[in-house]
Amino acid sequence: MKDFLNSWGLSLMIFLPLVGALIMLVVPKPREQFHKLVALATSLVVALVGVLVLTNFDYDQSGALQFVVDKSWIPIINSRYILGIDGISIPLIALTLLIVPLCIIYSWNHFPEPRNPKAFLILILILQTGMIGSFLAQDLILFFVFFEVVLLPMYFMIGVWGGEKRQYASLKFFLYTLFGSALMLVSFLALYFLSAEVMVNGEMMHTFDMRLLPEAATAISAGAALWIFGGMFLGFGIKVPMFPFHTWLPDAHTQAPTVGSVILAAVLLKLGTYGFIRIAIPILPEAATKWAPFIALLAVIGIIYGALCCLAQTDMKRLIAFSSVSHMGFTMLGIATLTTFGLQAAIFGMVAHGLITGMLFFLAGSTKERFHTLEISRLGGMLKQMPHMGWILGFSVMASLGLPGLAGFWGEFPSILAAYNPAEGLNVAFFRVMMIIAAVGTVLAAAYLLWLYQRVGFGEPKDEFANDPHVKDVSFTEWVAWTPLLVLIVVLGFFPNIIFKVTDAAVGGVTALVSGIGG
Amino acid sequence: MSQLLTFAWTAPNIDFHAFAPEIILAATLVIVVVVDAFTSERSRWAASSLTGIGLLVALIPVATLAYDGVDRVLFGGAFVVDTYALIFKALFLIAAYVVVLLSTNYIAEGDYWEGEYYMMLLASVLGMLVMASARDLISIFVALELLSIPAYMMAAWRKRDQRSNEAGLKYYLMGVFASAVLLYGMSLVYGITGTTLLSEIGANFSDIVSSQPIVTLGIVFVVIGFAFKVSAVPFHTWAPDTYEGAPTPVTSFLAVASKAAGFVALLTVVYVGFYGRSDVIEPLMWVLAALTMTVGNFIALRQTNVVRMLAYSGIAQAGYILAPLAVVGASAATASESLRAVVIYLAIYAAMNLGAFAVVIAVARKTRSGEISSFGGLFSYAPGLTVCMTVFLFSLAGIPPAAGWFAKLSIFGALASADTASGYVLAVLVAVNSVIAFGYYGRLMRVMWMNDAPDGDRTPIRIPASIMAALVITMAITLVWGILPGSLTHFTDQVSLFSLLR
Repeated sequence: MKDFLNSWGLSLMIFLPLVGALIMLVVPKPREQFHKLVALATSLVVALVGVLVLTNFDYDQSGALQFVVDKSWIPIINSRYILGIDGISIPLIALTLLIVPLCIIYSWNHFPEPRNPKAFLILILILQTGMIGSFLAQDLILFFVFFEVVLLPMYFMIGVWGGEKRQYASLKFFLYTLFGSALMLVSFLALYFLSAEVMVNGEMMHTFDMRLLPEAATAISAGAALWIFGGMFLGFGIKVPMFPFHTWLPDAHTQAPTVGSVILAAVLLKLGTYGFIRIAIPILPEAATKWAPFIALLAVIGIIYGALCCLAQTDMKRLIAFSSVSHMGFTMLGIATLTTFGLQAAIFGMVAHGLITGMLFFLAGSTKERFHTLEISRLGGMLKQMPHMGWILGFSVMASLGLPGLAGFWGEFPSILAAYNPAEGLNVAFFRVMMIIAAVGTVLAAAYLLWLYQRVGFGEPKDEFANDPHVKDVSFTEWVAWTPLLVLIVVLGFFPNIIFKVTDAAVGGVTALVSGIGG
Repeated sequence: MSQLLTFAWTAPNIDFHAFAPEIILAATLVIVVVVDAFTSERSRWAASSLTGIGLLVALIPVATLAYDGVDRVLFGGAFVVDTYALIFKALFLIAAYVVVLLSTNYIAEGDYWEGEYYMMLLASVLGMLVMASARDLISIFVALELLSIPAYMMAAWRKRDQRSNEAGLKYYLMGVFASAVLLYGMSLVYGITGTTLLSEIGANFSDIVSSQPIVTLGIVFVVIGFAFKVSAVPFHTWAPDTYEGAPTPVTSFLAVASKAAGFVALLTVVYVGFYGRSDVIEPLMWVLAALTMTVGNFIALRQTNVVRMLAYSGIAQAGYILAPLAVVGASAATASESLRAVVIYLAIYAAMNLGAFAVVIAVARKTRSGEISSFGGLFSYAPGLTVCMTVFLFSLAGIPPAAGWFAKLSIFGALASADTASGYVLAVLVAVNSVIAFGYYGRLMRVMWMNDAPDGDRTPIRIPASIMAALVITMAITLVWGILPGSLTHFTDQVSLFSLLR
C-alpha cells in the first residue's frame, strides 16, 4: 500500500478529477443525475486517496517532503515533474479535499442559471486538479502550470453562471491574475538563469527544482534578488489579494455563483499566501527580509481598509468579500514577520478563513436563493423565520470575528502576537506599530460582523418576505454540506494543535533559511 | 581524348535525396495541372486530394533526411539541409496540408477555380521549402518571390468580391515594394562584402569597419524587407485588409505559413549573415518587437470582425517572435536559446492559429459572417466547436495547459538568459502585452460562452469531414505540446545555425 502511494498517490490526487471530467464529457448533457453522481464519486475517491496519503504520512518527519515523485518532463530546460507533500501543504490539501465534495453536494439542487450541471461540474473538477496540483508541485514551471489551470474554470464559472455584471467581473478577475502570473513567470526564469547550476543526473544544469533552489539561489546578487522577489510578490500578492491589488476580489465574489465564491475564498486565495511561504521566502530569504516591512504595511492597510469598506457595504455578499481582504491581511502580516510563529499563524489563518468564509458564502448563497436579494436593508428577522439558519449565521459570524474557542481566533491572534517579535533584522518598533493597528482591525471586524448579524438575524421579518412560502429553513443537502465545516470550526478552535503540530517542522525549515542569511 | 572530356559539360553532383521534398512537390504540381486539364467538371475534387497526398508524400523524404541526421550542403553552400531546414520543411508541409483540408469545401462550394488554386498553393509551398534551405541572398530572394507571387493571386481569389480584389492588390503592391527595399539592401550588402553567400558575408562583416553607415543601411533595408513579410509594425498595414478580404483558408495560409517563411528568412539572414553586427540588429529588433506587439494588441482590442482580430493578434504574436532576436548578441548561449525560442514559437503558433481559423471557417459556414457578434451563443448549439476555439484562444493567450504557454515561456527564457536590462524590460513588455491580449481573446470567449445567439438561431453546425480532420490535427498538437512540451523540444533542441559560421 505504502509503495503504491509512494509512487502513485499524489499523481492520482491530481489527475483523478480529470478522469472524472473526461467520463462526464462523453456522456450527453440531459443525464443530469449521472453527471452529479460521477462528479461526487470522483471527488470522494480523490478525498479517499488523500486520506490514505495523509494517514500514511510520517508526521515525525513532517518537515521533509514525502511521497516524492521526480520524473523527467521538459528536459531542455530541466523542468521536472516533481511532486511532494510536507507539513506546509498538508493543511491546504486537506482543505481542498474537503471543500470540493461539499461544494458538489451543495450544488445538488442549487444549480444557478443557466443550469447545465454537466459543464458546471466538469469545471469544478478541473479546478480541483489545478488546486491540488499547485499545492503539490515542487517545480516552479509545474507550479506555474497548475496555478494557471485554476484560472480557466473560475473564469467560466463566474462568467457563465454569475450575477448581473458577470462578464465585467470575470474579465477583471482574469486580467488581474494574468498580469501577476506573467510577471511571476519572468521572475521564475530570471531565478532559473541567475541561480547557480546544480548537479542533475551527472550534468551541471540550471534548475526549477524548489528543493534545490534555496541553495542555488544564494548565487544571485542582492539587487537582482530584490527585483525577482518583486515579480513574485506581484504574482502572489494579486492572488491573495493584497491592498492595492484587491479590487478584483469584491467584484468576482459578488458576481460568482455560490459555489464559485466558496472555492475562491476557501482555496484559490490561499494559492497566493502559499506561494509566499513555499516559494518566495525560502528561495530568496534575504530579499524577503527587505520586502517584509513593505508587505506588513500593505497587509495592515488591507486589514483596516477592508474593514472600513465592510462597514460601508449594503450587500451581504460584498461585505463578506471585503472581510476576506481584511482577513487575508492578517495572514500576510503573519507571513511578513518571517518567524516560525508568524508563518504558522498564517497557515492556520488560511485554513480557518477557508472554513469560515466558505461557510459565510454558502449562507449568503442560500439567503439569496430564498429572498432573491442580498440587500441587507431588505433582510431581517432570520432567527424568527428560519431559526436554524439564523443560528448557523450567528455561529459563523462569531467564528469570523475571532471569538476564542472557534477556529478564527487562532488565525488572527497569533498573527498579531507574532508581529510583536518579528524575525531578526526587521525593525521591531515598526512591526509593533503594525501590531497595534492590526489589533484595531479586529475591533472593526467585530463591529461590521455584529452589525451585519444584527440587521439580518434580529428583529422581525420584513413585510415583503414575512409570508413568503419560498423561505424555508435549512434543507437536507445544506445540512450535509455545512455540518463538516461547522464541526471543524469548533474542533480546530479547541484543538489548534492539530494544525500547528503538523506545520511546525516544515515552517521551521523555512524560517531557518531566513535566519541563516546573516551567518 | 581526355583533354576533350575536361572541356565537356559535366553535371553538378546533386544529392537528390536532399532535394527530394522539393522534387515531389514540383511533380505534384505538374500532376495537378495535367489532371485538372483533362478531367471533367464533375471530378474537380481530385485536385485537392492530389495536393493533400503530394504534401504528405513530401513529408517522407523529410523524415528520412531527419533520420539520416547528416547536414547536407549543396550548390557551394547556397542550399543547406540541416535540422533547422528540416523542421521548417515539416512545418510548412503540415501547415499546408491543414490549409488544404480547410480549403476543400470552401473552394469547391464557392465554385472557384480549383485546379489553379491548388497549383498556386503548391507553388507557394515549394517556395517555402526552398526558403528553409536557402543560405544565399539570391536563393533567398528567389524563394521569397516563388512563395509570394502565388499568394498575391490567392488573396484575390474571390474574383467577384471587391474586398478580395482589394486584398490581393494591397498585398501585391506592398509585397513588391518590400521586395524592392529588400533587393536594395541586398545589393548594398553584396557591394560591401563582394559575395552573396551568407556564410561568407558573415565572415567578412566582422572585418569591415570603414564603411559602417553603408553596412548599417544594408542590414536595415534587408530587415525591413522581411518585416513587411512578417507584418511587423510599422510595416503591417496590409495585413488586416488582406486577411479580411482574402478567402478565409487563404488567410490562414498567409497568417501561418507565409509568416513563418518570412521569419525563416529573417532568422537565416540574421544568424548566418549579420550575426557579427548584433550592435545594429539588436536595437532594431528591440524597437520592432516592442512596437509590433504593443500596437498589434491595442488595435486588436477594438476589432469587431473576428478575422481582423486574428490578423492583429497575429501581428502582436509576430512581435513576441521578434523579441528574442533583440538579445541575440548577448552570448552564444543566448543566441541559440533565442533561435530555439523562435522555432518553438513558430511551430506552436502554426498549430494554434490554424486551429482558430478552422473554427472560424466552420462557424462561418453557418452564420455567413465574420463578425464577433455572430459567435454569440455558440456554446449552446455547438459546444464542441466552442471548446476547441476556447483551447486555441487560451493557447494564443499563453495559458497552460494549451501549448501557447510553452511558446511564451521559451520567449521569456531567451530574454532572461541574456541577463541584460534591455532583455528584462522587453520580457516585462511581453508579459504586460499578454495581459492586454487577453482582453480580446477573452471577449471572443465571452461572446461564445455567455451571450445568446444573435437571432435566436440555434440549429447545430454541420462540420464537413475535412474541417473536422483539420480540427483534430491542430487540437491534438496544441494539447500534446502543451502538456508534454518535451515532444516538441525533442526536435528543436538540435537546431543550430552556427555550424555554418565556422
